[in-house]
Amino acid sequence: MSIKLFEIAYGAAALMSVPVVLASLAGDPHSAMPMAETVMIPARTIDFPLPGEFLAANRAMAAPVEATRVASFRIMKRQVSLSDYRRCVAAGACKAPDAPATTDDVPVTGINGLDADVYARWYSQETGESWRLPTAQEAAAAGAERFAGESFSAVSEAPGNPAVRWIRRYREEAAAKRPSDPRPKLRGSYGPNSLGVEDFGGNVWEWTLTCYNRVTVTTETHEVLSVVENCGVRVLEGRHRAYMSGFVRDGRSGGCAVGTPPENLGMRLVHEDHNPAVAAVRRTLAKLRTAFTT
Amino acid sequence: MFTRRQALLGAAAASVLTPALLRVAAASTAPATEAEIAGLPREKVTLVAPPHVHAHEQVAKGGPKVIEFTMPIEEKPVVIDDEGTVLQGMTFNGSIPGPMMVVHEGDYVELTLINPETNTMPHNIDFHAATGALGGGALTLINPGEQVTLRFKATRTGTFVYHCAPEGPMIPWHVVSGMHGTIMVLPRDGLKNEKGEALRYDRIYYIGENDFYIPRDEDGNVKTYESHGDSYADTLEVMKSLVPTHVVFNGAKGSLTGDNALKASVGEAVLIVHSQANRDTRPHLIGGHGDYVWEQGKFANPPSKNLETWFIRGGSAGAAFYTFLQPGIYAYVNHNLIEAVELGATAHFVVEGEWNDDLMKQVSAPGPIQVN
Repeated sequence: MSIKLFEIAYGAAALMSVPVVLASLAGDPHSAMPMAETVMIPARTIDFPLPGEFLAANRAMAAPVEATRVASFRIMKRQVSLSDYRRCVAAGACKAPDAPATTDDVPVTGINGLDADVYARWYSQETGESWRLPTAQEAAAAGAERFAGESFSAVSEAPGNPAVRWIRRYREEAAAKRPSDPRPKLRGSYGPNSLGVEDFGGNVWEWTLTCYNRVTVTTETHEVLSVVENCGVRVLEGRHRAYMSGFVRDGRSGGCAVGTPPENLGMRLVHEDHNPAVAAVRRTLAKLRTAFTT
Repeated sequence: MFTRRQALLGAAAASVLTPALLRVAAASTAPATEAEIAGLPREKVTLVAPPHVHAHEQVAKGGPKVIEFTMPIEEKPVVIDDEGTVLQGMTFNGSIPGPMMVVHEGDYVELTLINPETNTMPHNIDFHAATGALGGGALTLINPGEQVTLRFKATRTGTFVYHCAPEGPMIPWHVVSGMHGTIMVLPRDGLKNEKGEALRYDRIYYIGENDFYIPRDEDGNVKTYESHGDSYADTLEVMKSLVPTHVVFNGAKGSLTGDNALKASVGEAVLIVHSQANRDTRPHLIGGHGDYVWEQGKFANPPSKNLETWFIRGGSAGAAFYTFLQPGIYAYVNHNLIEAVELGATAHFVVEGEWNDDLMKQVSAPGPIQVN
């Protein structure tokens, strides 16, 4: 099946899954799938560097940091495990991940954004609950003190010389690079953060629903002049923020000739027990479908 | 026999050179005697690990010398990528590739090769720059616990590969396990462009490209071996597929990126020597050029000019001369881009200096498509 056909099929499946998920909220007492342990993230206001690239007067600028209110929500305490993901594969719903062969309790790795969406729908059906990927804002709130956002500065400080920014950023990335160990660790290896969320910022980056934006703003007041949203590219949060095409499974192959890419791509899901945000998420899903089917 | 060239040279140089020096300098077919060679000045060079090159004069001062080098051979496991893949490596002087040697035409290279007892295999060295005895290979085969000294005369200018060449299947195996390096024989009066004008480099970098063949198990996981012997049979099978698992610069993916990126400044002339002992490659400097390129690496031929990509034949070394004109991060790649990006053949240059808007400018930054 071509990617295009798959994406159309995916889009159709996504459309149908919303009623399925809602219907299954009633619960299936015979579900064999154990429910993942979740952590309640209290409503809080976070300093959130907006995802994407920001330009003022034709020059790159640092992403604006906005005080962002995030409503309370539940999120998986641990990243989705390889063994849980394999149940989805065995059920014929998910495609096999590009993960190392092991029976250890490691997080699933080697999945792209579409795989993550598919798993979230399957897991919702299996558990009779509503699960989805977090938004970047939710990932930031759940990551708490481990949330890094844009750890590498985007600002261009030398108006006439773009290379100053390129070289500074290259050096920042090189300095931040630690001895790479991409082999997935046992879940829990990186420990909990202050909210009890485990392994955030380890060697598995987490897919979100948030799309990549290119935003042009005014020089002085940073008033938005234009936004080009590209939902073919999505935000992943982790040790640092990454932008990946939705079909990429290997973070190291997703970057350019220059830069430090994520070691692994995985996920953890948000549990929607009382659905105030369903409408907003539906809108995002619709955008994602549009991005992958047009 | 006294050639016409010798006679001319003799007439010109008689006042400054002793007769013994004169005969060696003239690249004569009449061999210098041992006594004459013994009368030459000697210089001991300490080799340095790539991508750096030991200090050297670009224009030779005085007449030919005997240049002494010492290289221990070290068999050792080395990590070749960011996934921790281990190669049962074999090295000249502990590095992959082996260090670069620089001499001038007419100099004698005197190499002492040492095979320490800690090694397990016989090794030798074949210099493509040398004449006879399989490039010296037939005179240098040593067992663990032995050393040997070889002298050869550098009669041809250029960049040349050297490599281990024991015998049979050992030859390619030792080479793709890391035993290869480069020697550069400079013209006595230095490098020149096609008009015979002097070319002087401010920096020199030495890149040795490797093709590695690492076996995997049934599950697709990289196999790790206890010893060279354990790895041999499986590795040979992968080698015979002719499909490398890694194509990298200087022994490992990422060895010339990040903190180890190559450095230069706008206005500096850089000589990049690129060698590949086993397999063809095609270096390309993204965003730059080759101002003067000796693809085949032989300085008796005029350099090609303004190249976008140059071809290095497997089993040879080439040299590209470039003056950086624009600051930024440059990727220097094998422009089989699959090999560059997926298999590892990428280096970076960090070039500082002033941006030149005349050469390039972003006239308007990315934004929504204009509808008029």
